Amino acid sequence: MLNPISLAFKKAKFEKRPALLTYTVAGDSSKKQSLEILKSVSKYADILEVGFPHNTPVADGGQIQTSSYRAIKNGIKMNDIFKIVKDFKISKNSKPIILMGYYNMIYQFGENKFLKECKKSGVNGLIVVDLPWPENKIFSKKCKKSSINFIQLLSPTTSYKRLKSITKNSHDMIYYISMLSTTGGKLKVSPKKILQNYNKIKKISPKKNCVIGFGITEKTISKFKNADGLVVGSQICKEITRSLKNRQNPVINVSKMVDKLKKKIT
Amino acid sequence: MKLKKGIPVIDQGDRLGFWGGKFGGNFVPETLKKPIEDLEIQFNKLKKDKKFLIERDRYFKNWIGSPTRFIKLHNLTKHIGGAQIWSKVVSDANGGAHKIYNATVHCLLAKRSGKKVIIGDTGAGYAGKMLSMAAKKFGLECKIFMGAKDIKRQQPNVKAMKKNGADVIPVYSGSQTLVDAVSECMRYWVANCDTTAMCVGSTVGPAIFVRICGWSTSQISRELKLQLLNEFGAIPRKLKLYNCVGGGSSSFGFWNEFMDYDKKQIEFIGVEAGGPAKSKKHAAPLTYGSKIGILHGAAQYVNQNDDGQIEETESISAGLDYPGISPLHCFLKDTKRARYTAASDEEALKAYQIVTKYEDLRPSLEPSHAFSVAIKEAKKLSKDTIVVINSCGDAYKDKKILERKLGKKYVKSN
Repeated sequence: MLNPISLAFKKAKFEKRPALLTYTVAGDSSKKQSLEILKSVSKYADILEVGFPHNTPVADGGQIQTSSYRAIKNGIKMNDIFKIVKDFKISKNSKPIILMGYYNMIYQFGENKFLKECKKSGVNGLIVVDLPWPENKIFSKKCKKSSINFIQLLSPTTSYKRLKSITKNSHDMIYYISMLSTTGGKLKVSPKKILQNYNKIKKISPKKNCVIGFGITEKTISKFKNADGLVVGSQICKEITRSLKNRQNPVINVSKMVDKLKKKIT
Repeated sequence: MKLKKGIPVIDQGDRLGFWGGKFGGNFVPETLKKPIEDLEIQFNKLKKDKKFLIERDRYFKNWIGSPTRFIKLHNLTKHIGGAQIWSKVVSDANGGAHKIYNATVHCLLAKRSGKKVIIGDTGAGYAGKMLSMAAKKFGLECKIFMGAKDIKRQQPNVKAMKKNGADVIPVYSGSQTLVDAVSECMRYWVANCDTTAMCVGSTVGPAIFVRICGWSTSQISRELKLQLLNEFGAIPRKLKLYNCVGGGSSSFGFWNEFMDYDKKQIEFIGVEAGGPAKSKKHAAPLTYGSKIGILHGAAQYVNQNDDGQIEETESISAGLDYPGISPLHCFLKDTKRARYTAASDEEALKAYQIVTKYEDLRPSLEPSHAFSVAIKEAKKLSKDTIVVINSCGDAYKDKKILERKLGKKYVKSN
């Protein structure tokens, strides 16, 4: 049987479109609201990335930082995050969940205990921003044992040699960082160039599902229709911030935005 | 865990950059793997390149002004009435602190790799000031990231950076101090690593930055070794080296050449920032038993909560106000080569008053922490013990804080 992440890609491919992946921060702006956002967004998105916020992130831009600080300020703890995933997973038609964050949070929780909780709550995949190859060798093996997809990251600076060994050691899904940027940066490279790099990865590793992230917004998303999947994060976090500022309901606004994103790639 | 003899400590890390198998490493986003690897290759080659070493030494001598003075504090020794108290006046160096060594080396490396821009973090403003000086000297564009809180409390250094043509970028996230400045600087590098070189301001960050910084500041102990030989004819039989420890760059540099000596002969004492006496917050992860965690790409002892969120620190000295500590010092602590303790804000201020009262020396708030512990311990030590304190910064930058805490009159008279 295919794991839920691969299944989600298969479904999207069947519909001749990239899979849509969203990123939101657990606990932003409250535990309850972040759960509601996940539930409403899952009507349109295929896979949901859930950030576990860290207060010294080295790769996040302003939008995601704002969301993370808001969640931390509201008291989000690791156990709450697992609870949110669990509550989401018991809802109807739940989609695959990928937890994303920084290694210190996993390290402090304990790798084994962390994976146990992931499994218990229904987490399907993991992205650890600051645990690159080959440092992640042992941990990614542990993930595989727990049937959790460890998602390797690739970037424009990744050498061909690294590309080969990383894809070889990756699980079903890989994540291509579109450009040299923190999250939420403006697309400073042409989509053509990004797709060239993407195709290079696909050539080395045709069977793995490769998503493109960083700089993907309502404006740019339709230019990447040929990819296996596309991740939108900062724009959603920005929408939450904007909604809160205007005293509007972030759940409705984010949901509308994701609906639009989906239509642009369908 | 064991310290090896005959091999520089900066080269004692394993293949993945871990000292003692668990401190340091490279916990970085994929994008930085390549620029870090490039820097490693360049540094490993150049540190064996005789021409490069000659070039470095020329700049150290003619531009930084090596060697800095090694002086006996006669009045203080008399006043305390115990061990002989000496100081290595590293604040003599061009710019007024040890940060100039690392800044110069990073600019030399950047220049050789054809980078046009160099970025750096700063807490007390010294790392930023020196980087801006060196960047100007070597014709590089310079951007300095500095916490908004630190910009307010270290104005003299901010002014100096701007005068040198650097772009000072205020960081408003988190606690608005050094920890956030380093994060923001790393984020900027992630987005611009193809054109830009990064200088981490202390022996922290991904392993290569720890190594380059430690290698650069080791100039301090190279000079001291010669000066000790000149002064005493031999390395003293009882020598104690006191140094403040924030990120750990000056202390590591102050000790490096003496690593292989028995600690009974040469003892290293690192003094962390204990924060205000009444506050629970501090910047002393080694003294107060913080757990190992990951901060800015390296595993180290770091102040954090159960979940792994980095905790805010508090210290009167911006230069020590950092929740983590160099992997090198974690290694020296666990191998028991160095001893670590802390001094509070109040104790540092008191030490500053004592030193300036008796000597023509004006240590900044950072080394004042080291003076505090040295003065306390020197009292109980024999007269043939040589105590050396690294006075690694000048108090000019602390003028405002000192005026507020001790009164205008006091500061003026010094």
